[in-house]
Amino acid sequence: MAQYTNYILVCGGTGCRASQSEQIIENLKAAVDQYGLEDTQVIRTGCFGFCEKGPVVKMIPDNTFYVQVQPSDADEIVREHLVKGRKVERLLYVNPETHELVPDSKHIGFYKKQLRIALRNCGFINPENIDEYIARDGYVALGKALVEMTPEEVIKEIMDSGLRGRGGGGFPTGLKWQITRKVQAPQKYVVCNADEGDPGAFMDRSILEGDPHSIVEAMAINGYCTGASKGLVYIRAEYPLAVERLKIAIRQAKEYGLLGENIFGTDFSFDIEIRYGAGAFVCGEETALIHSMEGLRGEATVKPPFPSEHGYKGCPTNVNNVETYANIPVILLRGAKWFSSIGTEKSKGTKVFALAGKVNNVGLIEVPMGTTLREVIFGIGGGIKDGKKFKAVQTGGPSGGCLTEKHLDLPIDYDNLLSAGSMMGSGGMIVMDEDDCMVAMAKFYLDFTVEESCGKCAPCRIGNKRLHEILQKITSGNGTEDDLTRLRNLATVIKDTALCGLGQTSPNPVLSTMDNFYDEYLAHVREHRCPSHQCRELTQYFINPEKCKGCTLCARVCPVHAITGDRKIPHIIDPQSCIRCGTCMEKCKFGAIYVH
Amino acid sequence: METIKLIIDNKEVEVPKGTTILNAAKSVGIHIPTLCYMKLEDLHYENNPGACRICVVEIEGRRNLAPSCKMECTEGMVVRTHTPRVMNARKTVMELILSNHPAECLTCSSNGHCELQKIAHDLGIREIRYKGDMSTFTIDRSPSIVRNMNKCIMCRRCETMCNTIQTVGALTAVNRGFNAAVSTAFERDMAGSTCSYCGQCVSVCPVNALSGRNTQQPVLDALADPTKIVIAQTAPAVRTALGRDFGYEPGTLVTGKMVSALRQLGFDYVFDTDFAADLTIMEEGTELLHRLGRYLNGDKEVKIPLMTSCCPGWVSFVEQHFPELRDNLSTAKSPQQMFGAIAKSYFAEKLGIDRKNLVVVSIMPCLAKKYEASRPEFSVEGNPDVDYSIYTRELARLIRYANIDFKELPDGEFDRPLGESTGASVIFGTTGGVIEAACRTAYELYTKKNLDKVDFEELRGLEGIRSATVDFDGTPVKIGIAHGLGNARKLIEEIKNGTSPYHAIEVMACPGGCIGGGGQPFHRGRMEVLRRRAAALYREDANKPLRKSHENPYIQQLYKDYLGEPCGPKAHELLHTHYIDRKEVVGMYTETEKSK
Repeated sequence: MAQYTNYILVCGGTGCRASQSEQIIENLKAAVDQYGLEDTQVIRTGCFGFCEKGPVVKMIPDNTFYVQVQPSDADEIVREHLVKGRKVERLLYVNPETHELVPDSKHIGFYKKQLRIALRNCGFINPENIDEYIARDGYVALGKALVEMTPEEVIKEIMDSGLRGRGGGGFPTGLKWQITRKVQAPQKYVVCNADEGDPGAFMDRSILEGDPHSIVEAMAINGYCTGASKGLVYIRAEYPLAVERLKIAIRQAKEYGLLGENIFGTDFSFDIEIRYGAGAFVCGEETALIHSMEGLRGEATVKPPFPSEHGYKGCPTNVNNVETYANIPVILLRGAKWFSSIGTEKSKGTKVFALAGKVNNVGLIEVPMGTTLREVIFGIGGGIKDGKKFKAVQTGGPSGGCLTEKHLDLPIDYDNLLSAGSMMGSGGMIVMDEDDCMVAMAKFYLDFTVEESCGKCAPCRIGNKRLHEILQKITSGNGTEDDLTRLRNLATVIKDTALCGLGQTSPNPVLSTMDNFYDEYLAHVREHRCPSHQCRELTQYFINPEKCKGCTLCARVCPVHAITGDRKIPHIIDPQSCIRCGTCMEKCKFGAIYVH
Repeated sequence: METIKLIIDNKEVEVPKGTTILNAAKSVGIHIPTLCYMKLEDLHYENNPGACRICVVEIEGRRNLAPSCKMECTEGMVVRTHTPRVMNARKTVMELILSNHPAECLTCSSNGHCELQKIAHDLGIREIRYKGDMSTFTIDRSPSIVRNMNKCIMCRRCETMCNTIQTVGALTAVNRGFNAAVSTAFERDMAGSTCSYCGQCVSVCPVNALSGRNTQQPVLDALADPTKIVIAQTAPAVRTALGRDFGYEPGTLVTGKMVSALRQLGFDYVFDTDFAADLTIMEEGTELLHRLGRYLNGDKEVKIPLMTSCCPGWVSFVEQHFPELRDNLSTAKSPQQMFGAIAKSYFAEKLGIDRKNLVVVSIMPCLAKKYEASRPEFSVEGNPDVDYSIYTRELARLIRYANIDFKELPDGEFDRPLGESTGASVIFGTTGGVIEAACRTAYELYTKKNLDKVDFEELRGLEGIRSATVDFDGTPVKIGIAHGLGNARKLIEEIKNGTSPYHAIEVMACPGGCIGGGGQPFHRGRMEVLRRRAAALYREDANKPLRKSHENPYIQQLYKDYLGEPCGPKAHELLHTHYIDRKEVVGMYTETEKSK
């Protein structure tokens, strides 16, 4: 077997692949061959998380971190870094505050404040190679559970760790396992919910792409604890890379005897199958997910009965989310005490967030529970883009609420987010700046829930549609104060009466923006004005005659010929024809065009 | 029995474990309104998707409101059913439902007995605060059923009926969110679906989204046409149900008033389908004896069990789902069609008029009868044996239309000769009745002995599948009875597996038989309505002087003067039919079946 001393890790996550990381890998391999570097191995890893700066290439052992690498940079990286021993400075990460080059990943602000447990192997190992997983203590937890521990002991460990469901609800994982274990039934199932649907969230995908074996291992442990011999992964078909890597992981685990009959020589047998979802958000709700797997319409049913008692094909079924599973092997290896030492009183461990929106460092991060929003957004996220002012952050995706300046020092955990009017959800975190209109933002999320409602219960099916219509009316300048009363009543009733989690949370963006930004709503309905100039129907473009030089550029780029004027004479915009596309303002070299 | 104590609206309630809040409230006189919920306990029909959210209640300590139809009582629960929060939620949800339901009450055929209308009235809805886009579906008109999904409120009762009880699988929810509706596979017309036209979807629809096809106008036109002789035939189940639309208690027999009303409407002759039912027994009973004789003599070719063929929903079901067993169906036409055939031959000849000038109108409890009457094999040179088939509710409409004060009508008598009937034909209207009637006649024809005890109690009741062995003087004849197509499917599967123990099987597509037909006044989930209708028919049978079909003097006369022998050449020409493989028509053959 070849011995390597140098490794080049290249991100093989979906985002970096879309930016040609496969080509980078090929070119790197060719260069390594060309320079005859037999001690160097190029490895395609899972997602590094720092998607803002992708494609990412990391050199081991010195942790040099190259960002925004192009396929054409491969030769230079190998020649300079490996052959000549010099860093390729132009590809190094630049500290946005000090403008200094950062020599390695350990000094990058994005990583410094993170604690990666669920993502421990992402960006570190080749997810398609079981040996690399095993080299990182993979399947040791399964062996320990099967050989040294009783199911009760494992469940107790999970309960003591304080791990709560990472899919949204935050239900104590150990308790869920115990309930499923206690139900007597000849056949039970464990399910991995990989139907990640929040817009912008991709933590489950990254774990499956970067560390699929951790899920396979955790599901087997779950099967051992609950008495299930069959595992099912419900994954959306739009995640082809995750599906592919999971398939490889399952196949390899079977080859190694880590799945199948009599695992580790015990009488425990366990197998995993994949079930594909068609990309319906509601199928992330566990009862809807189970119905979808059964071949039925993907819609929720009233709980109780809970899946732990009456789930897939009527059998007791334990459903956990991908990120929840990813924590299991580590908890067993390092102990409940260690895990529960991380986090807050009621929320233990870490949480992965997909940081997106108007923040400098967009990407996937993992922080201890209890980290403040400020640390996440300004520390790891590197602050707001273009030096703009922070306005709000939407946590929990379309089911969550938006939090404001006053919540910035709130330690993030399940209960704090709930009491602040939002929720953990699966971990989407979208940052908004002063340019974002909160009414339009609420409408945007309603767009999504109207689209994704299954249509079963009346409040969600019709109510969300009506919420959206009222918001449409307000953002187009036709709203009244009475509409605000109706909006709040309807949002409250939907939350109070909808059948499943989707409907019960879909009014959150409306309610939280009404609570925190009521003045913006009032401006829309009283003055028919959008303070952020985002609602097109409420904005008007003007040309400042004192600044306009009459260069005619705006008139030429206007797609609807709404701008007129002679050369060297200030132009004017006809508000009737103007479609408020903003092209003129973008193109004006003299800053003469403004919006009001 | 384990019981639960709880408090509902300050009342202490003790109920068996497993009782829902809805039923617990009912037990202490608290009526919680429901919309999607429906239960017919004897038929094992229960629709409780928890979808409409009208029945929500407040439970102390619970975050949101709970659907009382679904939620089971727990010890110490404190429930409030009409707090301001609950009432506001109920009203708001109701307004939402109404906001997507056409306000066409005045022109809707469900006006006055619509469940949505009643709840809107009870809740005192005076204004719909949430208006917006409305559904725009194309109206689907099949020969029997009209599907107007613009009125659908997604209660899913029809879907449960069609799939769980009838196992026809023609209706299912399609699309998502606001566009969700109940439709057929690939949203085809019902005529191109697997629908058997049993009409049970119509009988459970709370609004008028599913309704019977309306044929009142052509009947009125015929009655007004001086060149036509118009005759009526009334099915047995109609007389037990019609009174309900005029304020009579369920199960009140209104035979005499119905006859008078038809005469007042202008029918030249008012006859009884019961006469044709007696005729059916003569033919079907004879056919049974023929097949049984051959079978007992070791003939392997003969198709046993003989399956009754008087129910057109059942016949369609066999033709579409199990065409390979269509030869097991009795070739005898249904009573409606036997009547039409005799009326347009024997009776027309008697009157000395061309069959084209004789208009036969059947009054049926059934929607499938409309389709049956339109089948091309039941016409001569384009002139149908039965011109129009109207259902019970349509007759009630005609009576009101013609300003007839139903309750004040004198009791009339059917005309002769096609109005005379025996008790055997009366019980055709309920499950088990046809086979009981057949037994009475077949016994005497087979044994040549007098049957003293004509009540075959073992064949009666509302059990979904019943079986009995009738002793034909030493020859045990095994009889199976099913009502509801789901139950029928079980008997059919036995035949296909070769495990069917029966010689004869009676099937009625509708649960309860014709008394529960899709054209009957709505039971609205009250099981006792069906029970009382069945009891009324057995009462009528018991009070008849003649109770065996072959004793009907007019039937004897008909054979003597016109038909010759039962199952003879003339009878065969007029009273028997053939069945068609319709699996291809509705595209139900799998690719492998097709290639065979």
